[in-house]
Formats: sequence, C-alpha cells, structure tokens
Amino acid sequence: MQKPKVHIDKDKVVIHIRNLVKSFGDLHVLRGIDLDLYNRENLVVLGRSGTGKSVLIKIISGLLKPDSGLVNVLGEEVPLLNTRDLDKLRLKIGFSFQNSALYDSMTIRKNLEFPLVRNLRNLTRKEINRSVEQVLDAVGLLHTINQMPAELSGGQRKRVGIARTLILRPEIMLYDEPTAGLDPITCIDINNLINEVQQRYNTSSIIITHDLACAKQTGDRIVMLLDGQFKRQGSFEEVFDTDDERVKTFYDYNFLNQ
Amino acid sequence: MNAGKSPVDNEEADKPVLTRRLDNMFFTLYDVSNFVVRFFKEAFSPPIEFKETVRQCYQVGYRSLGLITLTGFITGMVFTKQSRPSLEDFGATSWLPSLISIAIVRALAPLVTALIAAGKVGSNIGAELGSMRVTEQIDAMEVSATNPFKFLVVTRVLATTFTIPILAMYTGFVGLMGSYLNVHQNEETSLATFFEGAFESISFLDLFSSLIKAILFGFTIGMVGCYQGYNSSKGTEGVGRAANAAVVIAMFLIFIEETIVVQIVAALR
Repeated sequence: MQKPKVHIDKDKVVIHIRNLVKSFGDLHVLRGIDLDLYNRENLVVLGRSGTGKSVLIKIISGLLKPDSGLVNVLGEEVPLLNTRDLDKLRLKIGFSFQNSALYDSMTIRKNLEFPLVRNLRNLTRKEINRSVEQVLDAVGLLHTINQMPAELSGGQRKRVGIARTLILRPEIMLYDEPTAGLDPITCIDINNLINEVQQRYNTSSIIITHDLACAKQTGDRIVMLLDGQFKRQGSFEEVFDTDDERVKTFYDYNFLNQ
Repeated sequence: MNAGKSPVDNEEADKPVLTRRLDNMFFTLYDVSNFVVRFFKEAFSPPIEFKETVRQCYQVGYRSLGLITLTGFITGMVFTKQSRPSLEDFGATSWLPSLISIAIVRALAPLVTALIAAGKVGSNIGAELGSMRVTEQIDAMEVSATNPFKFLVVTRVLATTFTIPILAMYTGFVGLMGSYLNVHQNEETSLATFFEGAFESISFLDLFSSLIKAILFGFTIGMVGCYQGYNSSKGTEGVGRAANAAVVIAMFLIFIEETIVVQIVAALR
C-alpha cells in the first residue's frame, strides 16, 4: 500500500539535532548525529539492532542524557531543561514503546486515563471518559476498554500503546520498533495506523525500525544509521540505490525475510 | 570501539581503586544513599500521592493479614506452652501472662510481623517494580510527564512504614490471644485477669521502642524492595534477582536494626 501524500512544512523544524554523541562506557553508540525533523513529516530511522536507534529517541524524550551535542525539540534544549520544563515538553511528545509498556495492573481504560488525570487535573469524569473512548475508537479497539493488557494480542497492545500517547494530543510521535514481533498482516495495520495518526492528528514522527516494509509504507524520508552516524538519507529508493555492501546486505536480508 | 583510547588507558581505567568487590560495595552504598535522600526529597515535596499511598497501605495490610494472624496466634500459644514447664518448677505459672507479654511486645510482635512482611510484601514490591522496569513501564510513566519515583517508590515506602507498625500491634494482640487460650485451658484464668497480668510489666518505653522498631522495619522493607525493583535490569532474570534480594537484604537489615535498638533501649532503661 502506498503512503498517502501529506503536506510537509519544511519551514518549520520541530526537532533539530547537531553533532549528538552518546557512549556507554567503551561502547560508542552515537558518533555525531545531525538530524532535522520537519513539521508533519514521518522520518524513518533504519538500522540493525544495537546501532543506537532507540538511544536516539530516548535522548529526544529526555530519558537519556547525551554526552555532547545539541538536542532541540520544539524550540527547547532538552538536556538543559529542569524536571518541570521537561515534563511540560513531554506532554507534546508521544512515545510508543517497542513492547507497548502498558501498565499490567490497570485496565485499558485506566491505562489511557493515567496520563490524562495526572496532567490535566481540572477535567471532569465525563470529559475523561469521552477522551478515552475517542482515542480507543480511533485505533479500533473501543470494545477492549474494560479488559486487562494481558488479555490483548501483541498488535492490539501496540494499538492501545499508541492510543495512550495520542490522548494528550502530542505534536511529535516517537515510535520504537512499531512492527517488531508482529505478523505481516498486523504490521500493515500498524503501518496504516501510523499514517492515519500523521494525517488525523497532524503529528511529526520519528519511526525507529529495521523493517523495510514499515519504512517504505510510513516514511516520508528515510535515514540509515551505520557506525553511529547517518550514512544514507532520502526516499526509500534513494537510500538503497548504493554500492555500499552493508546497505545492500540490509536490503537483501529484509527482502529474503518478506 | 575504543576510539581515542589506548589499551594501556583502558587497563588503567578498569583497575579497581581498592579491590573490585570493595569498589562495588562503595558504589552500591553511594547509590543506596542517593536513593534514600531522593525518597525524603520527593516525599516532602508536592504533589502528595495521597490516593495511591492509601491504596498501597491497603495492599500491604491485606496481603499480609492472613499469614500474620496465623503466625502471631501460633507464636503466642506455642511460646506460652514452651515456657510453662520452666515456671511450673518454681510454682510461678501466674507470671506467664507478664512473661509472654514482655516477650511479645518487646521483641516478637515487631520482629515476626517484619519477617513475614519482608517475605510477602518486600518480594512483591521487588518483583512488581522489577518487571515494570524491564518492560519499560517506568519509562512510559516518565515520558507521560509523571514522576515514577514519587508514584511508585514514595507511595510504597510510606505504605510499609505506616502499615507495618499497625500490623505489629495487631500481631501483638493476636499473639496475646493465643497465649490466653493456653493459659485459660490450664489455669482457667479470665480474659480480664490475663490482660491485667500481661500489661502490669509493660512500660511506656517497651511500647515506644516496639513502635520505633516497627516503623524502622517497615521503612527498611519498603526501601529495600523498591531499590531492588526500581534498579532491576537484565530481563526476567533480573526481576527474580530483585525479588530475592528484596527479601534477603531486608531480613538481614531487620536483625541488625533489632540488635541496635535493643542495645539503645537497654542503655536507656
């Protein structure tokens, strides 16, 4: 399925990263990353496991501190923010985790309510219920509202995870391996949902994946992370039009696994 | 991978300051101190997680109540039965209520409660927070602008600190009832006479030191469970390790605290 056309506002940069470096002991994960995410753009970060893709979005959301470099999100310098300002910024960023990270001890309703009731304390019960039902309906899972996360399938959990981030109407969405561990049909559903979110909620997104189908279906632009740096970037075809063996191997491996 | 560093530099960096084990111990101590300091900072800064703290208090009490009732009752009854022959030799069985109450109030009630809570509640906290950590639920809370330390750690530590003293009082009462059953069977003593004898030898210092011990034990159980769970890593193996360490370390610390408080109270007496 082709990605629907979306107007990307190239005059407005929502994430601006320059010379980002991050190491864990002797392991140098990110070695000078430069990145600009434009308003309403879906940017896919491709790369093998362990290349630091998730580290990148954890730095953007303030979960990890960079060793050096500039990380500017919606005009705010993330590593320099105090807790209160970082929390304010986080309300504008949705983070969809690889394993959904739904709260096991809460029903789906409580999971979705959690960010709402904790951050928008003046909402009435009626307003909370309406918001929860709206986002659950948007991901097609209204009927699971009173179920526990353990009762849902992997694909349903991913959808609920995305719904939970959408409830605060974020401007930026960060997807960590959205299709990992899902069957091909569910992968297509999730990819469609990512595009729907972009269109309906006007979000700008970074999608971390090693799944080429996901990259092709959701990405307006693709960057490839190799040796801690972005080596290739452009459209899907541009990224893979190269003689670089590592990029070709990556393509062939995905192709053989489709 | 080691760009910019020679192998000699790396060897130097890897070399322990004292021994590797001692280095690790000091690092852990530093880490634990930071965790405790953060607890006090977060506990006294708004917003207060009142609703979640009450929910956790209920969980802590509810989880341990059955086992504590059984253990407390049996402890009181068996301790009375075992003490009887020694007192009978001197014709002093009338001292039984006072002997048992001293043992229960001063030592057994807080200690038995704490050991059971360490096993039941401590392991549960360690496993729950550990699994939340490895499945990124704690990160999910953080990115949704919720302070996970305040919501998960502060509420649980406050809950154990408040609830375990109440449970210890309950254990004391149940233990005395177990003891009364045995005394009543043998001497046909009435409940009023039994409790009159029991409270005759209990001083304010006994009650106060027992309460302080229970508060300390509760704080320790919550803190150790939360520290182990919150800092858990290495997947499901790490969760198991966190639950296990929460029990073992808490029990060890409880005995050390018991020894210290007993020495202080003996000096005050």
